[in-house]
Amino acid sequence: MNDVNPDLDLDLRGLLCPMPMVKVSQNISNVPVGGVIRAVATDAGSMADIPAWAKSTGNEVLKAEKEGDEFVFLVKRVK
Amino acid sequence: MSPGPDVDTTLEQVAAVAAEPSDKPKKLSMVVFSGDMDRLFGAFIIATGAAAMGMEVTMFFTFWGLVALRNGTSTGRTLFGKMLNAMTPKMIEKAHPSKFAFFGMGRWMFNKMMHACGVTPLKELRDLAIQLNVKMYGCGMSMDVMEIPQSAFVEGVQDPVGVGFFLSEAQESQITLFI
Repeated sequence: MNDVNPDLDLDLRGLLCPMPMVKVSQNISNVPVGGVIRAVATDAGSMADIPAWAKSTGNEVLKAEKEGDEFVFLVKRVK
Repeated sequence: MSPGPDVDTTLEQVAAVAAEPSDKPKKLSMVVFSGDMDRLFGAFIIATGAAAMGMEVTMFFTFWGLVALRNGTSTGRTLFGKMLNAMTPKMIEKAHPSKFAFFGMGRWMFNKMMHACGVTPLKELRDLAIQLNVKMYGCGMSMDVMEIPQSAFVEGVQDPVGVGFFLSEAQESQITLFI
């Protein structure tokens, strides 16, 4: 999964609820359909929020993992 | 028994109806009655989160909640209106927490603590909500009673509405909240 080449990198470190999810949502239209955003957050709530956002908006989370103190996401724009 | 053409038509109709709701965005309607800083945080975090999730969001501000829309101008036609204006916050940044208010000390302390954590300030959350197309309405009746005209609101607030409008929005909503 780590070999995916993201179309956009988002640094969400230091942002708290609801900002990580809002930023992903604001930026999803900046990648083409099928494109991937790589987002790094420090807010623990984003581990639940970003997958829930993807479920609601019909996008796909390819990866949501804790790496040290950070949470790393790969989000694919489906439509 | 093989399904006839009319069965096919019926199935197509059912499929069309089933597909319909998913095309329509989900809706959240909120009454914001409180003007407390902490409750307003809750209201705007939920509103911006829902808008980010692709939901249509309606916020109906009434009574103390109107402070969330105010732009800092002074209001009041009558003596009571002017008194109310003098004794209540004129903008969202000045809203007091529901507990621990201490004549502004609580707000100052909470703002310090939240800033240290990197929480988005209340005013920025409100402005973000407007930017995310959250529809905000003042309650016409409480605006009249409290002598707060539309001109005392920030840009992006819709024209005043009444309870009928809110109920018709709420009826179409999957989520309704009273804050």
